[in-house]
Amino acid sequence: MTARRTLPLTRASLVVLALALVVGSFASAGPRTAFLMMTGLGLGLVLEGLRFGFTGPWRAIVTDRDGRGLIAQFLAIGLCAAVAFPLLSAFPGELGGAYAPVGIAMIGAAFVFGMAMQLVMGCGSGVLVNAGSGNLTALLALAGFIAGSFLGALHLGWWTGLGSLPVYTLQDMFGRSAGLWVTLAGLAGLGMLVVLRSASGKRRLPARLWLAAGLIAGLAVLNLVIAGQPWGVVYGLGLWGAKLVQAAGIDVAATAFWSAPAHTERLQQSLLTDVTSVTNIGIIVGAFVVMRWRRIADAQVAPLRLSGWAVILGAGLVLGYSARIAFGCNVGAYFSGIATGSLHGWVWFVAAFAGSTVGLTFRPVLLQSSSMTQASREPAPQAVTRKGPVAT
Amino acid sequence: MKFSDQLPARPVVGLITLAFIGLLLVVDTVESTPIDPFAAPPPVALGSGLAPVGAHCTDL
Repeated sequence: MTARRTLPLTRASLVVLALALVVGSFASAGPRTAFLMMTGLGLGLVLEGLRFGFTGPWRAIVTDRDGRGLIAQFLAIGLCAAVAFPLLSAFPGELGGAYAPVGIAMIGAAFVFGMAMQLVMGCGSGVLVNAGSGNLTALLALAGFIAGSFLGALHLGWWTGLGSLPVYTLQDMFGRSAGLWVTLAGLAGLGMLVVLRSASGKRRLPARLWLAAGLIAGLAVLNLVIAGQPWGVVYGLGLWGAKLVQAAGIDVAATAFWSAPAHTERLQQSLLTDVTSVTNIGIIVGAFVVMRWRRIADAQVAPLRLSGWAVILGAGLVLGYSARIAFGCNVGAYFSGIATGSLHGWVWFVAAFAGSTVGLTFRPVLLQSSSMTQASREPAPQAVTRKGPVAT
Repeated sequence: MKFSDQLPARPVVGLITLAFIGLLLVVDTVESTPIDPFAAPPPVALGSGLAPVGAHCTDL
């Protein structure tokens, strides 16, 4: 009887929390921030609620020959591209893509990011979602990610100076319409490879992933339409680090990266006027709402020794640093880059996936010996997959 | 007792995460230029006639 009485109240309070966030955003910074907060909340609800992720499927296709999550990613990116390409062509003065140069450091950093995401069991969006849903490992990784993104921004010019190509887009290379068809064909080709690699019974998408892919694509398009730029994660986290360092009395604006006018403005203005910060906050709160709504089991799922937590913190730092050098994470570079026609998005995916595969071999070595229970002495990736929250 | 039982429960960690976000916003409010509600951008970039001004992960 008590549970029946308290559950609706708890859920009502979660609705109030989400509404308060949106209304507060509107009152503080205007309608665009409120719309973006709603978009971020939606992303958090879908990513956690429908268990749509990035890291888990990259592992599953390698270790379990399960390609369903990866195919869902390609589907979401393709759906987003099908709308984003025409919009970008029709409104070039109002909307911009996730365009960045392919370079030596960019490729190397994407590879390192892929390795680190398998250690942390989360990527850019995954760390936000898992931290919001109460995963202690992800919260620690988020702290590292923020610090790493900030540090990476300080060194971005040096790394980029090692050598990079001009910015190439598929629209420039093949034409506006053909660029979209090349993108869709590329995604379909990758999907076919994944189907061929997948084991029987692990190829057909369940309804949950169809729905999630559609919703994620729709929300990513909304992000583009509202903000004028694609969905991203890393810039906001680096800005959070810069804000905290600045609050500690260090003159961040004197550094090369943050002295650039566009970045100085972001440093001076409220976080509620920064697109990626707003959606990041929405994702965290959305994931929290799902976790409490479902009353997910309270216990943490990755018992580690102190050295294991140190590894997670360090991997989070590497995750943030490499994402900044690679011009984005799985969201800004992979999802949004490919969906808006950036060549660097494709290169990022290849490099990061290779790194992810290597990272799968490192995870048991670095973390299994830190485990303190019999259960966690099982092969680490599988153990965490079965017992932990779905890595995103 | 398993070691995992000694760690803070997920609702607690989730609340800690939200508290961190709240603290970040408080620090940011103190440190940043106050938001001018009369200078707020149009609700939606598409159709606004204005170039996007936000920063992205792909920015140099």
